Amino acid sequence: MSHHIVQVKGLRHIYPDGTIALQEVSFLIHHGESVAIIGANGAGKSTLLQHLNGYLTPTAGDINIGDFPLTRATLPDIRRTVGMVFQDPDDQLFMPTVFDDVAFGPLNLGLSGSILEQRVEECLSRVGAAHLRDKPPYHLSGGEKKRVAIATVLAMSPDILVMDEPTSGLDPHARRQLLALLKDFSHTKIFTSHDLDMVFELCERTIILHEGLVKADGPTREIFNNADLLAECCLEKPFSMQNCAACGRPKTGL
Amino acid sequence: MASLHSAVLDLRRLELMANGDSTIHRLDARAKVLVTLVFIICVVSYTRYELAALFPFFIFPVVMVSLTGIPPLFIIGKLALLCPFVLAMGLFNPVFDREILVQLGTLGISGGWISFASILTRSILTVGTAFILVGTTGFTAVCRALERLGMPQVFAVQLLFLYRYIFVLTEESGRASRARELRSCGKKGLGIRSFGSMTGHLLLRTWQRAERVHMAMLARGFSGEFRTHHVSRFGWAEITFITVWSGLLIFMRIFNIPHLLGALLAGSIS
Ligand SMILES: Nc1ncnc2c1ncn2[C@@H]1O[C@H](COP(=O)(O)OP(=O)(O)OP(=O)(O)O)[C@@H](O)[C@H]1O
Ligand SMILES: [Mg+2]
Repeated sequence: MSHHIVQVKGLRHIYPDGTIALQEVSFLIHHGESVAIIGANGAGKSTLLQHLNGYLTPTAGDINIGDFPLTRATLPDIRRTVGMVFQDPDDQLFMPTVFDDVAFGPLNLGLSGSILEQRVEECLSRVGAAHLRDKPPYHLSGGEKKRVAIATVLAMSPDILVMDEPTSGLDPHARRQLLALLKDFSHTKIFTSHDLDMVFELCERTIILHEGLVKADGPTREIFNNADLLAECCLEKPFSMQNCAACGRPKTGL
Repeated sequence: MASLHSAVLDLRRLELMANGDSTIHRLDARAKVLVTLVFIICVVSYTRYELAALFPFFIFPVVMVSLTGIPPLFIIGKLALLCPFVLAMGLFNPVFDREILVQLGTLGISGGWISFASILTRSILTVGTAFILVGTTGFTAVCRALERLGMPQVFAVQLLFLYRYIFVLTEESGRASRARELRSCGKKGLGIRSFGSMTGHLLLRTWQRAERVHMAMLARGFSGEFRTHHVSRFGWAEITFITVWSGLLIFMRIFNIPHLLGALLAGSIS
């Protein structure tokens, strides 16, 4: 897969209980793009992301990752290409220690010995969790779990990084660290977030989901300048774009 | 519920102990699994009235615990958890089986009491050894060893998932019962009704979470094959370990050591 594109065509998802989570979603994300998917609670963001590595099957519509359609046969390869960080890190950590957990993916890829050790150490220190390596995951704080969950995915060196609310629950320092890390990651990234400042900083492009439909898709700055659109989708401008709370003047540098 | 919850979480501590370092920890998992199997077969194969011959078998868990640095109190605590089940299993033996088998002075001990004690001893021996195996090897490595010893892969994977599922279930039930406790304002029972719906809810949630965890495993390249980063080979240490222990265990199974000792003592006195 030379081109890590993500193409979603007419995606529709209805949960078994009849909830229409996605009505009709289409977009094309090119190689190396960094795209934010935003929207109110329950807009369908998590549902959409869970389709990208085959956890959910579309009720209707198609998904192509790279040159391949997402089908049963291509699923194992696609799961290796698409690294996914879930919204709830508890779902992602299942080994007895942090080290074992981060090593799980690379082991399955066939790494072993000191190369494996090195890869795990490196990924843990990239998310600032090197000191946690021998702890059991269920004894970590929420933010620590999140960091380790991100490390487990980085350890697979995915070509496309998909993250569901990566910064939720992180302290400001860890959030900064993650921002820097994501900026370094040159492949395709897709994430959902309620942290609109992060979106503004990291993504050239933003897709707004609203009640299971793509409400807007375009350059981040344009979207955040459209006050009517944001209000309609229960969103607000990022703080860094709002006028200064103390003096009411626009912030400099924008 | 809360205490059961913490007891199971404690089992995870056992898993952590498997990361320790001792001569026993370093042995290939297959050697440990094999000896444990021999041990369990030996212990289980006794007739229900056999009691004295079981005691020499305590040598295996005792030596293992002392060589590996697993806290013995921890294992004993876990075994205490088992007692209710064993009691339920063997409790009626003394009631139904009243035939006197042993006469101690004026006190007659019925077959029921002896078989009850025998069940208890055998449970402690087998479960305790199984705990020690997991504590020195780790469950994943045990499953992998079973597979390499010839167990079909499907079964080995099922076993591993079953084991993980126990944790997911207790975690979920811990959360649910905590939420219930907090909202029931200190009252003990909220009645069978809420309990019923809670159980149903719990199973659904557990199932969904187990599915998401499975998904996370698949997403990281899990294809039903076990891999562990401890590379181990079958060497002289393993062969010695297996020969010495299996030899001793089988010897103890064939010759009733307490009897032999008794006969020897009686012989030397007369
Ligand atoms: N398993 C499920 N069964 C039925 N309905 C579901 C299920 N999961 C989610 N939904 C519903 O689908 C809709 C979209 O949910 P989704 O989790 O995708 O929202 P989201 O955009 O990620 O929200 P948030 O910002 O709160 O994470 C919601 O209305 C939700 O109630
Ligand atoms: Mg969500």
